[in-house]
Amino acid sequence: MKILVPVKRVIDYNIKARVKADGSGVDLANVKMSINPFDEIAIEEAVRLKEAGIATEVLAVSCGIAACQETLRSAMAIGADRGILVETDAELQPLAVAKLLKALCDREQPQLVLCGKQAIDDDANQTGQMLAALAGWPQATFASKVVIADGEATVTREIDGGLETLRIGLPAVISADLRLNEPRYATLPNIMKAKKKPLDTVKPADLGVDVTPRLSTLKVSEPPKRGAGVKVADAAELMNKLRNEAKVI
Amino acid sequence: MTILVIAEHDNASLRAATLNTVAAARKIGGEIHVLVAGADCAAAARQAAALQGVSLVKVADAAHYEAQTAENLAALVIANAAGYGHILAPATTFGKNLAPRIAALLDVAQISEITAVESVDTFVRPIYAGNALATVKSVDAVKVVTVRTTAFDAVAGGGAAAIEQIAAAADTAQTRFLGRELTRSARPELGAAKVIVSGGRGLGNGENYHRLLEPLADRFGAALGATRAAVDSGFVPNDYQIGQTGKIVAPQLYIAVGISGAIQHLAGMKDSKVIVAINKDADAPIFQVADYGLVGDLFEIVPQWTAMMA
Repeated sequence: MKILVPVKRVIDYNIKARVKADGSGVDLANVKMSINPFDEIAIEEAVRLKEAGIATEVLAVSCGIAACQETLRSAMAIGADRGILVETDAELQPLAVAKLLKALCDREQPQLVLCGKQAIDDDANQTGQMLAALAGWPQATFASKVVIADGEATVTREIDGGLETLRIGLPAVISADLRLNEPRYATLPNIMKAKKKPLDTVKPADLGVDVTPRLSTLKVSEPPKRGAGVKVADAAELMNKLRNEAKVI
Repeated sequence: MTILVIAEHDNASLRAATLNTVAAARKIGGEIHVLVAGADCAAAARQAAALQGVSLVKVADAAHYEAQTAENLAALVIANAAGYGHILAPATTFGKNLAPRIAALLDVAQISEITAVESVDTFVRPIYAGNALATVKSVDAVKVVTVRTTAFDAVAGGGAAAIEQIAAAADTAQTRFLGRELTRSARPELGAAKVIVSGGRGLGNGENYHRLLEPLADRFGAALGATRAAVDSGFVPNDYQIGQTGKIVAPQLYIAVGISGAIQHLAGMKDSKVIVAINKDADAPIFQVADYGLVGDLFEIVPQWTAMMA
């Protein structure tokens, strides 16, 4: 079984995004970029399925600028076997990425797409579901446990009220939530090995996909700031403030 | 243009998130229809018909809608999408699972988790864990939108919309629903609570979490929440998690106990009206958003406060 894992290059999760002064977007110049944390969890899960003898190949795919090669190398350092970069300088929105991935699924015929549930930059939480729709496949989003057996996936999903378990036939799309696993640290030998793994590049046009954005961003602004609060000395003063100043109790 | 709101419900009753989603639809303006797809869901449909601003409730009642899987609901929405300029769902795990599937089948973009409506085609949505707000305009014929429930006040009842039965779409049979383990609690839902008592790693373990926070939450009639660290450490189940990828909350009073204030947690609670933080580390980032900060030992302060509230 081949598993395809899409990975996105995003601002590192420890870094606070800053809005550009002209309101045109978020300043990413000289900012540390990393693999999207949810995608890292998806890669880890795919690699574990390979280590368990369930998967035979893990293919990492990234869509975006040439620097996304680093993201693919990160995925390969965790254990992905090879990478494909769909290279473009164009702005890519989730629907376009889903179409690119659909075209690659037609070409590569994976039995499973394991993706992160959302990217921490645009916080859209769309691509996996869109890909499943375009491919006509079932989906299991926000997975915290995945068991593959007999051509089916049994997936525990994190939902608002607790947990839900679904069984879906393959091929399918599964999106990873935080507690699916804890990704390993890439070791230096594995990082070195990853540099030698195959990495192909294709263009959106090669896949016959029109990536024209459907949404235009008119402006990006800072959210309203909370005024700095006060420190109180003890529980009694806190009670007094909440009762007489904030009037919430 | 007419707006279709996809109701979130458990067949017996509407989830509160549906009321906020209808409120967002009213901001867009136009006739509002609500789709209730379920099994034996007449009671939920009646509640939807009573919501202010709703003119028609469409009900698809069939066994294969009981679990409300994305595959079956998307097929139903697509079969009934003609004539709608907007399709709205709450930005809950239900709506997040479903709406992109609908958008892709319609070949349109989705606008995720809107917090404001600027016009019929322009919306504001948080990005980068709420550290930036993007104003986005859609050029698509149909706008598929998910709604951040805390950003829109729930609509009231008292309306009397017509209820129309619609035909179910064929069962896609792509998914087998095996079960749900829902957290049972007498407390209010996190999304609807006026007061939330929330705990982080500073509590040390699950036993301390429950021993210290439950009595305080009882005094306030509060919901209980947690950070990712507390959930990952097994203090409480996943549905307690508040943050960028957990639940987004905006109560009147948010009490953060033993929470340092990671960016991802702040993203989920910084729109609360009043924030109280109790933490032994005076430099913890949580104090930068707290209205009232108390630096000290939570193991002493929380029981003292609880006793005072009695």
